[in-house]
Amino acid sequence: MKPFRRTTGRVAVLDRADVDTDQLIPKQFLKRIERTGFGEFLFYDWMQDDGFELRRPEAQGAAILLTGRNFGCGSSREHAAWALQDYGFEVVVAPSFGDIFRTNSLKIGLLPVTLPEDDLRALMAEGSGAELTVDLEAQTIGPYGFDFDAFDRRRLLEGLDDIGLTLRHEEEIAAFEAAHPSPIDTRALG
Amino acid sequence: MARTLFDRVWDSHLVAEPEGESPLLYVDLHLVHEVTSPQAFEGLRLAGRRVRRPDLTLATMDHNVPTDDRPADDLAAAQLEALHRNCKEFGVPLYATGSGREGIVHVIGPELGLSQPGLTIVCGDSHTSTHGAVGALAIGIGTSEVEHVLATQTLPQRRPKTMRLELSGSLPLGVTAKDAILGAIGRIGVAGAVGHVIEYAGEVVRGLPMSGRMTICNMSIEAGARAGMIAPDDTTFAYLEGRPAAPQGAEWERALDRWRALPSDPDATYDRVVEIDVRELSPQVSWGTNPGMVVSVDGVVPDPADFEDPAERDAAERALAYMALEPGTPIQEIEVDRVFIGSCTNARIEDLREAAAVVAGMRVHPRVRALVVPGSATVKRQAEEEGLDRVFEAAGFEWRRAGCSMCLGMNPDILQPGERCASTSNRNFEGRQGRGGRTHLVSPSMAAATALAGHFVDVRELALEPVA
Repeated sequence: MKPFRRTTGRVAVLDRADVDTDQLIPKQFLKRIERTGFGEFLFYDWMQDDGFELRRPEAQGAAILLTGRNFGCGSSREHAAWALQDYGFEVVVAPSFGDIFRTNSLKIGLLPVTLPEDDLRALMAEGSGAELTVDLEAQTIGPYGFDFDAFDRRRLLEGLDDIGLTLRHEEEIAAFEAAHPSPIDTRALG
Repeated sequence: MARTLFDRVWDSHLVAEPEGESPLLYVDLHLVHEVTSPQAFEGLRLAGRRVRRPDLTLATMDHNVPTDDRPADDLAAAQLEALHRNCKEFGVPLYATGSGREGIVHVIGPELGLSQPGLTIVCGDSHTSTHGAVGALAIGIGTSEVEHVLATQTLPQRRPKTMRLELSGSLPLGVTAKDAILGAIGRIGVAGAVGHVIEYAGEVVRGLPMSGRMTICNMSIEAGARAGMIAPDDTTFAYLEGRPAAPQGAEWERALDRWRALPSDPDATYDRVVEIDVRELSPQVSWGTNPGMVVSVDGVVPDPADFEDPAERDAAERALAYMALEPGTPIQEIEVDRVFIGSCTNARIEDLREAAAVVAGMRVHPRVRALVVPGSATVKRQAEEEGLDRVFEAAGFEWRRAGCSMCLGMNPDILQPGERCASTSNRNFEGRQGRGGRTHLVSPSMAAATALAGHFVDVRELALEPVA
């Protein structure tokens, strides 16, 4: 995973609640077997509309997405997080996130920042195109602080590989397996 | 200390709790399908890793597969072929199309008896919550996590909060498990259970067959929940007994002893408790673009101006524009072009029986194109043995092969722009069933009745017999 420490970039404002992952990346683009190249399909249907927030000139080249509550709800498709990152976003800021989307983002180094509604409103009021600095080390976004799980923070700052971290516990996994014989065997079904 | 069903399953699967890190949870069963796995297998390949426990992993093909004689498009075919190749290379058992055991991953898990009480189950699909109906902890995950589980058979997870959702009273005639869960999501909202595992409880749940319990747990994610669970009981055990992967003989007796110890203690506490009385519940129809936007079939399309919260008002305005609906329109005046009976929410044999009971001897409205897609090859066979295929076809429905089909339209079954569909699936998001398509979520009997009338109707006015 690519480490994330700090970024300064332009914001794009998408002031909508409950943006689901079907909007982030419609199903016709989930058939690819690669991890890359999803950016051009981000918000594919909404992008067809000239008035869509991310089509505005001031939102071009944005690195920080400011958006509404429960962002990324719905489908578990990690393609949604891949598409945001591939499009150029490094940070998504919302009052709350869909759980699976949030986890997917953390796994790939796309920073999901949860900010209280009032602070977020104040940042949104500056509009798309405003410049903002997000510092994970200091846990600040512009003038505001944000909470972040200490373990996730370390993982992102150091760009740690999750599987590698888990494999340090190989002995414990093996011990668990020895103590808990599995009740099922998918190979024995015929 | 008093413990919940969730506490018991969680605590018994903790492999490690490293200082300052997320706890590591052991995974008993990992279900895999073609869409969210190719990049995970590729990750293993690049890192030179193997699948740690192929014997706890099972793959099937569901999202992409055509359900009629049309061929899969090139990209879909390549993805299905990649699953074939990956399963072979890594030794993962695969129920491919044509194997006779393929189907929607959340239908075949319970059907094979693999989904058992007290297990931890994961799958790269948000509707994995379905398996919680047997008393398992079943969590939907993304592709990076799929790779993690393939490599380590564990998942780092923060301990979620718990919510008890008590469904009290009894369901009125013609009102189903689907209506109960749609009504509940309408009440608590699409983010109402974010960060929580829901335990569904109460008289309603106790009285439901496994199919209805699966419908309810299936839609937990639509309220934002990490998972949904139902304590196992005699209904669960009767369902599992004799299934291919269920324990047998002395093993079965030992399993029953374990499973009977799982239900929550009466004095167990939850982070949140919600009680919903279903005695006044009507059949539900979604009017908007998320599963919380629901109304009773005898109601009208709501007026965005009536929503106090500005974000909700804004969402309602957008939803009505997308759905091409006017506030105040009676739900029963809304005409449909398509009807879809299928999906991991409502494509089990009981769902098909419920729909068939409504359409028997009737004809689909001439404007409506209606589709029945069984949840698995096994469900299809059973339905055909019972003659349900003939009931549907005689009424003018298309009878298809198993798959996810028009729930998400990754295969050729999609809505055309502007088409309106009554659907037994789980999501009415914009474009979900096809770009510009308009989805209304309903129960199988409501979908069937709507297919006949050409517009939404109150199935209670047709239902003379209780529907199982």
